[in-house]
Amino acid sequence: MIALSFRNVWVEYRDKVVLERVSLDIEDGAFVSIVGPSGAGKSTFLRLALGQEAPSRGHILLDAEPLDPEPGPDRGVVFQRYSVFPHMNALDNVLFGLECAGSPGFGRLLGRPRRAARDRAVALLERVGLGHSLKAYPRTLSGGMQQRLAIAQALITRPRILLLDEPFGALDPGVRLDMHVLIDELWREHGLTILMVTHDIKEAFKLGTRVIAFDKRRHDEQAPHRYGSTAVYDFPLDEKKRQGVPAALEHMLDENRAIG
Amino acid sequence: MFKWPRTESSRTCDLNLELAAPTMRRLLNARPRGGGQVLLGLLPILGLILLYLLVASARHAENPRDKIIPIPSAMAAAVQIMAFEADPRTGEVPMVADTKASLRRLGIAIGLSAITTLVLGLMIGLLPYVRAGLGPLVATISVIPPIAILPILFIIFGLGETSKVVLIFLGITPVMVRDLASHVASIPEEQIVKAQTLGASTWLTLVRVALPQAMPRLIDSLRLALCPAWVYLISAEAIAADVGLGYRIFLVRRYLAMDTILPYVVWISILAVVMDFALLSFSRAAYPWAHTERTAR
Repeated sequence: MIALSFRNVWVEYRDKVVLERVSLDIEDGAFVSIVGPSGAGKSTFLRLALGQEAPSRGHILLDAEPLDPEPGPDRGVVFQRYSVFPHMNALDNVLFGLECAGSPGFGRLLGRPRRAARDRAVALLERVGLGHSLKAYPRTLSGGMQQRLAIAQALITRPRILLLDEPFGALDPGVRLDMHVLIDELWREHGLTILMVTHDIKEAFKLGTRVIAFDKRRHDEQAPHRYGSTAVYDFPLDEKKRQGVPAALEHMLDENRAIG
Repeated sequence: MFKWPRTESSRTCDLNLELAAPTMRRLLNARPRGGGQVLLGLLPILGLILLYLLVASARHAENPRDKIIPIPSAMAAAVQIMAFEADPRTGEVPMVADTKASLRRLGIAIGLSAITTLVLGLMIGLLPYVRAGLGPLVATISVIPPIAILPILFIIFGLGETSKVVLIFLGITPVMVRDLASHVASIPEEQIVKAQTLGASTWLTLVRVALPQAMPRLIDSLRLALCPAWVYLISAEAIAADVGLGYRIFLVRRYLAMDTILPYVVWISILAVVMDFALLSFSRAAYPWAHTERTAR
């Protein structure tokens, strides 16, 4: 079953082409990693899926319906930074999604619905390893803990698709490995469909069931902005191949190393 | 120039370095500690008081009827009359009546200003259409010197309470609205998008995401606005009033009554400090997340 479908999508700003002829079908339950050099439109692609931006040509379908042109509860997101609300403690951050759904007027739940919501939020927080910091404000949590919180917050509303925008990019290598384990487990447990943008190609191949690389297919020296990026490589991976990086992407890996 | 003793062991070298360290420390690295800090802060204040007392007593010795730099006993006598004895004509204690009238004007103006700032600042900061519509107007109003439009206020609202309240309100609100709007607009886009992916409407984003984050900033900005608010209050009272702290000091100025003016200035300062401290304490208690320092990364 196809969860998310891009049909000949273009993104243009005036005469600058960012993305061109993007046609992709994302399978239900896939863990799609999106890689590519800086400026190759990875983030624009994610903004399209999020509804933060609309394609200038083409269509995006979610479960065969046209995608809402603004962010909504069917798509959860975790950004690299600023994903959680600094003025809410961990529990309230996770409760927020349930409170929005249950109380459109005030955004607050009371009594029995609140207790039920709280139990769900606490269970999820315990699952991501934050059971002991329910009352902690994000500022007092480490970077890895903040991302754990952001993931729990996004998952509480059971989104159709989870979008990750370089979610582990700002973390220490050791913490990043822990997060890989966590997101992989959550993906299996909840049967999630995940779209993850990353700079780290090894991470992309380690976690993804499919790796899509964005880059410019054509290049005009005189007018570099006139050709946009598109999906130049599309690797479906089975379990056995998930650790290796194919030779075709080695040069990108080198490029990444050069950037740092 | 310091020379390393060549013949001695490295152990002695270390020792020399330790001995030399305190004298080699730069001034910008030297910090007062504990009680020293309090003492250092008190010194200039005590020095100024001492200087005042010296000058006052010298002038008093020369001319016992000197009014320009009154000695403490003269000020105490004035305070006794102004703050503890009822005026036989009005039946009220002048300083209490002045304080009540001034705080009432200030309180109404600041309250209205805070509510207006919150509503306008949130809407301009969060909603692009409101920003496009009202942003330029607020920016224009905020550059008008409020005192310049005081005559207009007197003409429109008369010489009563309204014109004073409106002056303070107009004096502090536009700047506060601009500050709060830019603060709300600088809430990271990620948070706003995240709220929407969690199902928040415009309204819920406003009341659950923007409003709580705007409150500590509003309080900060109120604390800063207290100073101009007092300036406008005293200006308005100086020009047209029959009661109020500003009215009183400008009234007794005619008799060079420094023995009354100085205690009034001290009293106004105390009121301002208490208001500032009350706002800060409220912010700390109600919005602890805005005051906790980052402990880990």
